[in-house]
Amino acid sequence: MNETTGLEHAAPVLEVRGLNLWYGDFQALIDVSASFRPRTITALIGSSGCGKSTLLRCLNRMNDLIDDVRIEGEILYNGKNIRRRDCSLTVLRKSVGMVFQRPNPFPLSVYENIAFGPRVHRMASGTNLDARVEESLRAVNLWDELKDRLRKSALSLSLEQKQRLCIARLVAVEAEVLLMDEPCSTLDPMATMKVEELMHRLKERYTIVIVTHNMQQAARVSEETGFMLLGELVEFGRTTDIFTRPADKRTEDYITGRFG
Amino acid sequence: MKLPSRRLREFLIEKLIFLSGIASVVFVVLIFIFLLREGVSVLKTTSLGSFLGGHFWYPISTPAKLGILPLILGSLMVTAGAIAIAVPLGIAAAFYIAEVAPKRLRTVLKSCVEVLAAIPSVVLGFLGITVLVPFLKSVFNLPTGLTAFSGSIMLAFMALPTIITISEDAINAVPREYKEGALALGATHWQTLFRVVIHGALPGIIAAAMLGIGRVFGETMAVMMVTGNAAVIPQSLFEPVRTLTATIAAEMGEAAKGSAHYFALFAVGIVLFVISFAINLTADILLNRGKKK
Repeated sequence: MNETTGLEHAAPVLEVRGLNLWYGDFQALIDVSASFRPRTITALIGSSGCGKSTLLRCLNRMNDLIDDVRIEGEILYNGKNIRRRDCSLTVLRKSVGMVFQRPNPFPLSVYENIAFGPRVHRMASGTNLDARVEESLRAVNLWDELKDRLRKSALSLSLEQKQRLCIARLVAVEAEVLLMDEPCSTLDPMATMKVEELMHRLKERYTIVIVTHNMQQAARVSEETGFMLLGELVEFGRTTDIFTRPADKRTEDYITGRFG
Repeated sequence: MKLPSRRLREFLIEKLIFLSGIASVVFVVLIFIFLLREGVSVLKTTSLGSFLGGHFWYPISTPAKLGILPLILGSLMVTAGAIAIAVPLGIAAAFYIAEVAPKRLRTVLKSCVEVLAAIPSVVLGFLGITVLVPFLKSVFNLPTGLTAFSGSIMLAFMALPTIITISEDAINAVPREYKEGALALGATHWQTLFRVVIHGALPGIIAAAMLGIGRVFGETMAVMMVTGNAAVIPQSLFEPVRTLTATIAAEMGEAAKGSAHYFALFAVGIVLFVISFAINLTADILLNRGKKK
């Protein structure tokens, strides 16, 4: 967890510069700048309403779905500003996938849930598609559990299986970044552990940004951590530094449990 | 002194509410018993088979021929035509209102749909006779514009508000998470709607279609005005037909009480009741199944 990844100097996959965001009159993000390294897990922590989910949803432009949002600043994905008009949202979201707080499999079969992405992006069909479904389910350790239930409704799975299925959907479209918005908050500790193990494995191939309420989780899974407070990114750095030698008094107060 | 009178009042109010509550049940039962008692008497003059399957409806010839097959087929044909028009149109409109239209237009459209529902059927029938019937006659070069197809178009208009409103509710009831999940995978708005949202809304949409069918099947006035009312077995949509409902409406006033004709009309009522009941029941079952999920 704390070992050097050798990627400290690699170009960031995602970067935000001077990001300000308003919901109507309320400013939810204040001058946020951060960069997210490839094949690294970055955790965003902070109390509710601090803007961590908002920041996450900026990275694949899911905030576009909300009325009355105003954004200033730059959001770079592989060096390209995704806020430009010529940036294709469908291509962006295919590469920068999102896992939600509440697992949200579609009301379709297990197979169709995984096949949905490859189908809409015309990436595979027929036996290729079967292979891709199997590969994606294997990547999240669901294949052995579900290989005989591929035609069953995904709504009949357990919460934890549903969440892993949602991660498998992103694997199926060959996403590069996984944005996880409190992916374990509806799961029990055992299920949380399984998902965390999975994240650890996935980080070999994916860049992961996880928003979490749970400081222990951030300490367990991430290499880098950003602490947010009232819309500001107070401190951003290596997880070990944030948790052992926080530079900012507010970070220290939060991680030692003085508030939050 | 005060307490007993208050208790009496409570008692009376409770009983009154109870009566109002079960009134609808009592009425349905009474109506059905009445229909049944009058309608079953038709079997004194004709067998069940020749009543339901008879090809000729000559109720005042001697002996009277009381076969309602042309009427059943007339009703089914007009209904089928109306549904073929109203269901696709209604579902598409519901999707547009629920998912595509900008907010302001959505409000306008929704009130328009409500206004459409408020137009009395006789007024629609009036428009049908003066506008639609001559139009169809000249466009398709028909001997008469009073056809099953004219009825289908009129009825489609009447079923549309039901289908749109209920489908739209069903689409709105689809959890936001499905939509977000699909969009977050890079699906387009269109793909999200037609590959994911529609699956969540399907039971409600089917129920909407069924209720639309029920509305169409039981409609009388507009149909009577535009379908030509010829009680013959229809060969195509572009011929005059007579529906079950129109038959009762047109002939009940003239049938002598207690005659075979009179009883036959009640029996037609039973057939209508049974079919409508079956349609509504199916819709209910589908709606409930959708809610449970």
